[in-house]
Amino acid sequence: MSQSGTFDRRDFLKTGAAAGVGLLIGFHLDARSATDPAEEQEKKPVNPFDAWVRITPDNRVTLILGKSEMGQGAMTALPMILAEELCVDWKQVNVEQAPTNPKVYDHGTGGSGSVAGSWLPLRRAGAAAREMLTTAAAERWSVNRDTCVAKDGGVLHGARKSFLTYGELVGDAAKLPLPDLKTVPLKNSSEFTIVGRDVPRIDTREKATGAAKFGIDARVPGMLYAVVARCPVFGGKVKSFDATKAKSISGVRDVITIDAVAKGAFTAGGIVVLADNSWAAMEGRRALKIVWDEGPNTSESSETLRKQFLGNAAKPGKTVRNDGDADAALAQAQKKVEAVYEFPFAAHATMEPMNCTVQIRPDGAEAWVPTQAPQWAQDIIAGVSGLPRESVVVHTMLMGGGFGRRYQADFVMEAAQVAKATGQPVMVLWTREDDMQHDFYRPASYHKLQGAVEPDGQLAAWKHFQTSTSIAAMWEDKGEENAENSEFGTAVFIPYQTANFRVEYTLAKSSVPRAWWRSVEHSTSGFVVECFVDELATAAGLDPYEYRLRLIGNDREIPDFVNPKEGKPLSTVRQKGVLKLAAEKGGWGSPLPKGVARGIAGYYSFQTYTACVAEVSIKGKAVKVDRLVYAVDCGRPVNPNGVRAQVESAAIYGLSAILHDAITIQGGRVEQANFNDYDMPRLAETPKTEVYVVRSTEEPSGIGEPGLPVVGAAVCNALYALTGKRVRRLPIRPEDLA
Amino acid sequence: MAVTFMLNGKSTTVEVDPQMPLLWVLRDTLNMTGTKFGCGMALCGACTVHINGEATRSCITAISSVAGKKITTIEGLSADGSHPVQKAWIEEDVPQCGYCQSGQIMSAVSLLAKKPNPTDADIDEAMSGNICRCGTYQRIRKAIHRAASLQAAAK
Repeated sequence: MSQSGTFDRRDFLKTGAAAGVGLLIGFHLDARSATDPAEEQEKKPVNPFDAWVRITPDNRVTLILGKSEMGQGAMTALPMILAEELCVDWKQVNVEQAPTNPKVYDHGTGGSGSVAGSWLPLRRAGAAAREMLTTAAAERWSVNRDTCVAKDGGVLHGARKSFLTYGELVGDAAKLPLPDLKTVPLKNSSEFTIVGRDVPRIDTREKATGAAKFGIDARVPGMLYAVVARCPVFGGKVKSFDATKAKSISGVRDVITIDAVAKGAFTAGGIVVLADNSWAAMEGRRALKIVWDEGPNTSESSETLRKQFLGNAAKPGKTVRNDGDADAALAQAQKKVEAVYEFPFAAHATMEPMNCTVQIRPDGAEAWVPTQAPQWAQDIIAGVSGLPRESVVVHTMLMGGGFGRRYQADFVMEAAQVAKATGQPVMVLWTREDDMQHDFYRPASYHKLQGAVEPDGQLAAWKHFQTSTSIAAMWEDKGEENAENSEFGTAVFIPYQTANFRVEYTLAKSSVPRAWWRSVEHSTSGFVVECFVDELATAAGLDPYEYRLRLIGNDREIPDFVNPKEGKPLSTVRQKGVLKLAAEKGGWGSPLPKGVARGIAGYYSFQTYTACVAEVSIKGKAVKVDRLVYAVDCGRPVNPNGVRAQVESAAIYGLSAILHDAITIQGGRVEQANFNDYDMPRLAETPKTEVYVVRSTEEPSGIGEPGLPVVGAAVCNALYALTGKRVRRLPIRPEDLA
Repeated sequence: MAVTFMLNGKSTTVEVDPQMPLLWVLRDTLNMTGTKFGCGMALCGACTVHINGEATRSCITAISSVAGKKITTIEGLSADGSHPVQKAWIEEDVPQCGYCQSGQIMSAVSLLAKKPNPTDADIDEAMSGNICRCGTYQRIRKAIHRAASLQAAAK
């Protein structure tokens, strides 16, 4: 396999565990154009009793969560890992959010990397605490340490029939020397009593009673509520405004302006209305008379972008990967298949709109932030306030959804600017319209696929051209040169065998902000690869499931082309395993009622293997997804209940994008504003979803995102089986199936 | 303007702009943050409360219109999460991010008050105004059926 040099420069991907995490952290550091020593250097070993485990003399065990909770279940799964090695009863455990301190914690929560990246560090931390407690007991009893066993939140000495609780030992244990974390004995997995069990979420009760505190629920004495009027055209700014009427509204306290911040936070700037409550702030904003300088981007529209795509597609792109000679093989092919796939921008639309509460005093700052990146929030507030980072207390709040949107810091920057200007605690609150029209969108993209099918069905060539509004082009210093870096994901090392494999890319320019949307590039790449292989199966006259197994072929490991040194190879055994499991559980090949058809897809992303069988029908003019059967292999499932929940969730998020969502651009601005024009699935549209989790003993890998890329392809492949029509432009329109 | 109403069984008076939606009175004036802001246009159901027993979107309900009425919010369903619907939500492990769940639960309670043993079609219809971006719908359906059983058993 030859390899183009384009990926060699991807040193920002060096953070191993999950490619997505690397992307996020890499972009993040890049975005600030400065290397953060606290995050870059390997963290110094910390005493687990200082960072991870707190035990009181009455034996209450509190485990510390270093990641953010946005619904993905980190607040349950990560403490499970600690509790397992610590040997405490899960019922005994409380969980507390860590203080923001990047010298101790890897806070950044994204790229489906929380469990994968925390697995070994948390096991070591829990084991170190357990060993220290055991040593403390042995010293207390003056017995050989090997005769003491940690068990159920205490240490047992069998021969003496003595038992001391951790609460009785913690005072001594915390003062003992820290064991070497690299060699501290870890439990044998056969001894696991918590990891691998179906554990209910730890935060369910407070979320069922309204007691849970999200960012938007921050309440600080004397706080003001603010909304910002931003230019609806990307890149535009305030020309002039009249706040007379706004200031006359009861409850409005002040109207100020904030500057746009370029690369990094990427804020629009605008006019801020400060008030005693959210409603008055919104009413005040409505009363502003604003003249905008709409800037240089007013001519951009979805139509002009599509023209750009078509123009780009008419010419060869930059070579991203080239094995063999795909063009020659295509030219000689007896059966050639060609298909074009088109995706619009997509908004995250978290249920909780963006918000951030900040107080800046001369001697320090405090912030309440629903964020996937509290360390970045801390950095931004430190920068705006001029305070040292250590004086900025950031409370990581529960998030009403993240999906990548809350890895950004634009909403933090705005709140910091307003707090600095007012000297009072202030919440900057976004309305739904603000949230929909000033998101960082999943890129719009256009893919041209060409394949050559041999008479025996083998694949003679695969060629994938893409043009898109790249994420890297926006975030990286040399992003325009390396714009393809963020756009293909695992589509550059697919498991389907061919000697002639070519991938090309051309950047499309756009003023629309882009960033990481649930499953990032895999959301489109997975669709493209899995719909196109289905088209090849049709051309070969073979069953789509059997065809996939045949093209994957023998048992082997395919190197990670994106991250060859540190990325894990794709195991064809595991990919075939999930395909077989989904096909078996989904009854592939068994009869269905008239008007119902099945489709299948399988994909590898975030080092997790997924496959999905969809059953679809058409009710009236609308697509009805009746049933989804998933098989997932995410390594050892820490909490299978949580794994299933995440896949159920990714399925609906993915369905939303193929059935409903499109962000369209006109006059340089987003045309959609609220859920009436950016709709999403409701309960009635929800398919019966079954998730089968492989009981793997491999290292855990991601699960928040990998369920997404396959669902659209499985549904559209089923629609082909039902109607004979291929959906290649998303979201699905009734006329595409007519 | 002073407006008086019964909030979770307690007489409550607020002095606010009469047009201010009940949602913001609850959240910002009374600091009862269990009721959530999602869209401001009655499109997502996150702000659902009961007014005289009817599930209502508080984001478009002017405070002046609730004078003298009985309002129940998520905080008023039970003191300790023991309402059958809350119990069912906990037993089915429904929430993910949890942000929409106050509204989902209030809609479900309203449905079960009218139809103690709802069919799937009843659930589809009654819950159609509540969006969950995490897609917990399948578990919501199961939890509503479970709550129906819990309510029946309690009688």
